[in-house]
Amino acid sequence: MTSSSFALPLRAPRALARHPLVERYAPIVTTVLALIAIWYIAAVAMNWSLVRDAFEREETPYTISDVLAGTMDAERPLLPAPHQIASTFFDGVFGYPPLAPRSLVYHSLVTLSATLLGFVLGAVFGIALALMIVHSRVLERSLLPWIICSQMVPILALAPIFIVVLGALGLQGLLPKSIISAYLCFFPITIGMVKGLTSPDPLQLELMHTWSADTRQILWKLRWPAAVPYLFASLKVAITISLIGAIVAELPTGAEAGIGARLLSGSYYGQTVQLWAALVAAAVLSSGLIGIVALVDRGVARRMGAH
Amino acid sequence: MDPRKLRLGLLLAAFATLLAFVLPLAPGASRFLSHPIWEAAAGGGVLFLLAAWMADARSSAIGIGGVLLTAATSLVLLRDPEIAGSASGGFWAIVIASWLAAAMCVINLASLRPIRVERRRMVNILVPLLFGATVFYLWEVAVRGFGVPPVLLPSPSAAAARFASSLPILTGDFVQTFVRGVLIGYAIGCGAGLLVAITAHRFEFLGRGLLPLGNFFSALPLVGIAPIMVMWFGFDWPSKAAVVALVTFFPMLVNAIAGLNAAGHIERDLMRSYAASHTQSLTKLYLPAALPFIFNALKINATLALIGAIVAEFFGTPTQGIGFRISTEAGRMAIDMVWAEIALAALAGMAFYGFVTLAERATTFWHPSYRT
Repeated sequence: MTSSSFALPLRAPRALARHPLVERYAPIVTTVLALIAIWYIAAVAMNWSLVRDAFEREETPYTISDVLAGTMDAERPLLPAPHQIASTFFDGVFGYPPLAPRSLVYHSLVTLSATLLGFVLGAVFGIALALMIVHSRVLERSLLPWIICSQMVPILALAPIFIVVLGALGLQGLLPKSIISAYLCFFPITIGMVKGLTSPDPLQLELMHTWSADTRQILWKLRWPAAVPYLFASLKVAITISLIGAIVAELPTGAEAGIGARLLSGSYYGQTVQLWAALVAAAVLSSGLIGIVALVDRGVARRMGAH
Repeated sequence: MDPRKLRLGLLLAAFATLLAFVLPLAPGASRFLSHPIWEAAAGGGVLFLLAAWMADARSSAIGIGGVLLTAATSLVLLRDPEIAGSASGGFWAIVIASWLAAAMCVINLASLRPIRVERRRMVNILVPLLFGATVFYLWEVAVRGFGVPPVLLPSPSAAAARFASSLPILTGDFVQTFVRGVLIGYAIGCGAGLLVAITAHRFEFLGRGLLPLGNFFSALPLVGIAPIMVMWFGFDWPSKAAVVALVTFFPMLVNAIAGLNAAGHIERDLMRSYAASHTQSLTKLYLPAALPFIFNALKINATLALIGAIVAEFFGTPTQGIGFRISTEAGRMAIDMVWAEIALAALAGMAFYGFVTLAERATTFWHPSYRT
């Protein structure tokens, strides 16, 4: 009991502004609203001349409010207004049966399957590589510098060749895309896991030695639990990269389905609204995947006794 | 390394060299002894034996000498049209000998722990270099020995020859993609990210709104914005620079906000007690304290920028640029040109990254991570 608890409960006039929920979310909401407002202004400014020219070409009389209304729902605007994107997105998601070729759900599923397969392949490969590097001094000194070097190489540039080479080998469809995803996303996992598996300090390792634990016991009882937080941190990075890899892998192949194919066809035919809706789908997919990894992370951390 | 294993490996390598004299190099090819190069292979075998006899730190150097001799032998043999594409037992025995001996030397070298600093540094560079050289050698020999069609995978030497013979094209692509697209976009994106971060640091409300948004946006597949930028800014480099600027903006924003908040309370109080203005404390305390974070973002962005520019070129370019060349040459099945472009992109990426790292060393030498 401190003396302050005897004081009268403080009723500041700005109590609502001090509420933790308000304090936390007010800035975010304000910023998002400001961004949307800026977006609308930009949409008007960028589409203005486009809509005005259309009116003048048809030689119909028009007022400023007509042009203003036109900028909000132009068919091929330079910058579609947010509500246009939202309605196209919801139309694409709910307006068609999920497996119709016009449905965004279908395209998202195609990209998602390549992403997930690539992510699993990349994670398994990355973890295996990290285990080998941690247990072999030779590999650590000969392979690790190359892995770090290859991080600086724009690996995405390799995507078209992979598609061509794998296509020549008779592999088509899901697997080449997943291989690109896996190739892109195993690097952060390997680096993170090497860091994590070597994170136990010498004192703990020496304790394991005094108990005459063998390499496998040290791995399962000390190194692996210590590496789990690092694993999830790098998995969160890797799943985004995996999605980017799957989308980009759809570009050079001219695939008919997938978010990347949607982007490509939207850019070919000038369907800006469709393009933006595909981008929103990619964003939803990416944040959903990260959310799932974060949930698993939290569950695993709780099971392992974290607070 | 266990000297018995080293000795065994090197003896096996010497035995494989001996096999090359017995087995045929290729079906119907003349005997190895009729090639004048056989003396080099024999010399290599003798060096392997010598290294196996020593089986200590010195045997790495001798073994590498033998590896060079046998590897050179196999490469010279590949010039023989009878062997290239249809090599058999004898030829692969030489390759296996040099690979085995190289592996033994690398393992032996990697297990050394020299006491002197400069020697340790030399070993640290030599081991990955030898490893990489072995990988490239095996790639070259496998492609030419098995006669893999160049459409599938060109040999590194073919890609290198293509690189050397098309330098003007490569220079044009480099200028178009890297100097115009990447560098300008990188400067704009990183600069804007830093400025917004400084503003967000000045006004706390804005900072608390921007940080979660920045985190959200930097996790999005932002390269997807490329077709829209091509629509807005045209086919030439401004659209690429715009994509790069957008892709690099958010990592810089997030890292710089984190860095500006990294200054300790004691230092802040000190600036306060000196009655420092906001500009003064920004330049003398907050920005220097944020430098490690800013350089972290610069390094992340160095890779992202190149990827962004190359992907943006898949959506349309003037007839120049690394991404344009890769997609058109891949369509024409000129895979050696594609690999030359990839080598160019890799070299540019590594040089860019290396430059940022050097700048980091020069400006954040005071940071604990460099004061070891």
